Amino acid sequence: MPQWAILLTPFLYLGLLFAIAYWADLRARSSRSLVNNPYVYTLSIAVYCTAWTFYGSVGRATQDGVTFLTIYLGPTLAAVLWWVVLRKIIRIAHIHRITSIADFIASRYGKSMLLGGLATFIAVVGITPYIALQLKAVSASFDVLLYYPEATTGAATGGLLEDKALWVAAVLALFAILFGTRHVDATERLEGMVVAVAFESIVKLIAFLSVGIFVTYILFNGPMDLVDRVAAEPAMREMLNPSGLPGGYTSWVAMIVLSMAAILFLPRQFQVTVVENVNEDHLRTAAWLFPLYLLLINLFVLPIAMAGLIYFGDAPVDPDNYVLALPLAEGRELLALFVYLGGFSAATGMVIVASIALAIMVSNDLVMPTLLRFRHMPLIERIGLRRLIVYLRRLILILLLMLGYTYFRLTADAFALVSIGLISFVAVAQFAPPILLGMYWKGASRAGALIGLTGGFIIWLYTLFIPSLVDPAWLPGMTPDGLFEGLHLLNPQALFGLTGLDAITHALFWSMLFNIGGMVLVSLFTRQSNIERIQAALFVDVFERSERDARFWQGTATVGDLEALLARFTGEHEAAEAIRDYARRQGAPLEPNQEAPPDLINQSERILTGHIGSASARVMMSSIVKGEALTFEGVMEILDATSRAIEYSRRLEQKSRELELATAELRAANQRLTELDRLKDEFVSMVSHELRTPLTSIRAFGEILLSGKDINPDQQREFMQVIVKESERLTRLINQVLDLSRIESGWGDWQLKDLDLRGVVEDAVSATSQLFTDRGVTLEWRQPDQECPIKGDSDRLIQLVINLLSNAVKFTQPERGPVHLTLQPLDTMVELQVRDSGPGIPTQEQQRIFEKFHQISDQQAGKPKGSGLGLAICKRIVDLHWGTLDVESVPGEGATFIVRLPLAGGDHCDISRDTEHR
Amino acid sequence: MAKTVLIVDDEPNILLSLEFLMKQSGYVVQTAENGEQALEMIRQAPPDLVLLDVMMPRKDGFQVCQEIRQEHDTGSVRIIMLTAKGRHSEQETGLGLGADDYVTKPFSTQDVVHKVQRLLGD
Repeated sequence: MPQWAILLTPFLYLGLLFAIAYWADLRARSSRSLVNNPYVYTLSIAVYCTAWTFYGSVGRATQDGVTFLTIYLGPTLAAVLWWVVLRKIIRIAHIHRITSIADFIASRYGKSMLLGGLATFIAVVGITPYIALQLKAVSASFDVLLYYPEATTGAATGGLLEDKALWVAAVLALFAILFGTRHVDATERLEGMVVAVAFESIVKLIAFLSVGIFVTYILFNGPMDLVDRVAAEPAMREMLNPSGLPGGYTSWVAMIVLSMAAILFLPRQFQVTVVENVNEDHLRTAAWLFPLYLLLINLFVLPIAMAGLIYFGDAPVDPDNYVLALPLAEGRELLALFVYLGGFSAATGMVIVASIALAIMVSNDLVMPTLLRFRHMPLIERIGLRRLIVYLRRLILILLLMLGYTYFRLTADAFALVSIGLISFVAVAQFAPPILLGMYWKGASRAGALIGLTGGFIIWLYTLFIPSLVDPAWLPGMTPDGLFEGLHLLNPQALFGLTGLDAITHALFWSMLFNIGGMVLVSLFTRQSNIERIQAALFVDVFERSERDARFWQGTATVGDLEALLARFTGEHEAAEAIRDYARRQGAPLEPNQEAPPDLINQSERILTGHIGSASARVMMSSIVKGEALTFEGVMEILDATSRAIEYSRRLEQKSRELELATAELRAANQRLTELDRLKDEFVSMVSHELRTPLTSIRAFGEILLSGKDINPDQQREFMQVIVKESERLTRLINQVLDLSRIESGWGDWQLKDLDLRGVVEDAVSATSQLFTDRGVTLEWRQPDQECPIKGDSDRLIQLVINLLSNAVKFTQPERGPVHLTLQPLDTMVELQVRDSGPGIPTQEQQRIFEKFHQISDQQAGKPKGSGLGLAICKRIVDLHWGTLDVESVPGEGATFIVRLPLAGGDHCDISRDTEHR
Repeated sequence: MAKTVLIVDDEPNILLSLEFLMKQSGYVVQTAENGEQALEMIRQAPPDLVLLDVMMPRKDGFQVCQEIRQEHDTGSVRIIMLTAKGRHSEQETGLGLGADDYVTKPFSTQDVVHKVQRLLGD
């Protein structure tokens, strides 16, 4: 392939990227946005996979085996928490118009300029090497492509102008300027950038999969072939061991934690996941799709590493370049070129997003606050703040990329890809404590965050960054063993005597200890200012409070002043639009010399925040607002009034629900009472009727006998017999009513004992034997051989059996056959049956016969009537013994009453006898 | 000619006592043990007066009373209700349905005899 073609390809590719970004911006302007799509969102998050992934993973795998995976396991695990943590960050950022990680920290801790500046400084220092790393990868891989097989060990840097990395950096700067600084308002989405990056994510994935498939399945015979060959070589076998990472499993954990922090807090990740997020729901898709992307792009890392080791053996080929060298060695130039574009995509995507994110940070949190102090300088007045900001951002972008390039030139040959990336990771991990603690702990204070960040950053500088720069060749005074000769406790590789950890784990441990420790301790012992407490409450309770709650200007400003201030940053048209929009929503026009409502002041501040960061916006607002900002108590009062109202109405709703429930219960209870009352009335009325009947006969005959007229002796005798019989009936009735009321009231004076039901039956049979004899009816009964142990009251049970037997004998004609009584124990029950051969009971009556005073209307004439209480009493006795009483009958063929009682020893026996049953 | 009294009650002993009292007072007595039987007898040969118990199986006294009053042939039969619950409402129901008088169980024999005699104009 001609050299000019290879030289031209990456620039053509960048041209394509420009076209895509331009097209996306066009679509965004015509309201056909491409980024409101969870897949584009997820692909843009894949900017996480840089040249480090593309080239470095293979290199790492050749040394440490599968441990390269830790960097991707962390984000995969973190994705589980996205819906909780990341969604909260996104919500906060959108409400407060936060556009960078530094601004997030500054805003949370009372819109602190100092913190914003510090965070920006850390980000720049921490990320610049990472940008350099990408430039290095672009340049080195280019050399491999051009000069294979001569240049396979790394970069061969020539003169400045011949350096491809410089040209690439320049084109990337142009891209970033065009698509990253289009708007002043950083909250306006950089759709072109996002779509271009998403496109690059596709290219790098396909490129890596292509080379992976080529190496694994064309060059070799599948993954098992590779594993077998590696296992056969003792020197290579080590890479299959998962504990190969120096430091063992401690390092595994450290790497996973580190990358979990990185996926959230790397400035470029914050840019794509938070600032560019259009819809929180996209997180749902990203939470599974992004891990899947990571899995795919890592699928062939190990096979390629193994293939490279086997293929090149001892030949001097840098493992970082295996993905290119393998196709080149096989003469597949086109595949190699495509792979190169994949790596190029990975590198440029990172550089573009990272540099834009850093530029916004630097302009809003470092430069702007300073600049605003001199805002009345003639030069600034002449250019206009709005244009000044744009120029500044462009300048900053160029400077940042120059910084990265310089770093690359200075340290070009010093490191492998991985170590620089990890050093950056530890730097951004310093943001985790102030952000996470700040989101969930209102007590986290500005002073705490300052001390913690500073402490963690200094540890990072001392244990990682400076040692990485210390090249004995050009800094002979410093050695990695100790910045200060003789002070072993301060050895940057083994701080305070802590040894046995690899450099990254060691640095992470100490920096986090100082960061978190400092932050927590200082926060506990410092008092927060009003604005800190307000911001803390707004951040921590972001889901509970609405956007409009965030008002804390007590002072006054005129509408005209506000509009003028806005116009300086947003342009006159937009400023006037913002004021008109507010007036429209309020339904009343606003005059320029009118005092602005507090809501409008707050809204204006948020608009400014989007343009120049929260700290600067606050400075600007305080310049025109006369009077104090509200006190913390004042703001809390406003916030709490809202939440109190919500809480109050919530309680009211709950109360009214409870009330409805109580009403329903009362109504039901009342219904039950009414029903009981009716039953009681009915009972009394029935009793009264039943008592009056025998009394009527007694009185009538008594009076007849007393009058003594026209009665012959036979009649006299007959009448007196009636009186005696009816008196007996009366007595029986009264006794049964009393029985029933005793049984109705529950356990009363019952004697619960362990009984053998056979004894009960025997007693009942002997008590009714006279009755049977009188009526001339025979009783056939059989007792089982085994015991029928039950728990119960012997007297009641005898009464039960007597009632059943009396009933049976009452309805049985002697000539129609005997009454049968059988008793038999079943599994858990004992069953007692009394069968008569009387007229039977009509089906429709079978349930009602157990009701009190229910008499079957169709009784044979002349039969002695019962009280109508006997079966009701039986039923109640059986109920209280946890049993059942049923009747089976075919009219004309007699009736069978069946009692089933549980055998002793069941659960029911534990029930206290005081417990009212049913 | 002796007047006829029909006694309707499902209690044999009450029937017995009333039958004795009415015969003693010189009336011709018929008895029935339930409402249906009573109506049948009334239709065949309307008595001069019916002593009608309220609480009876199958067809209670109120129904019987109502049917007697609805039919032309029997419309003029005198009716005395025998009530047992002793409730005011029960007595009013009976009178409302066209009964001429009522007696509450347990009744005074003199009272029953007087009421029958008064209604029959003796």
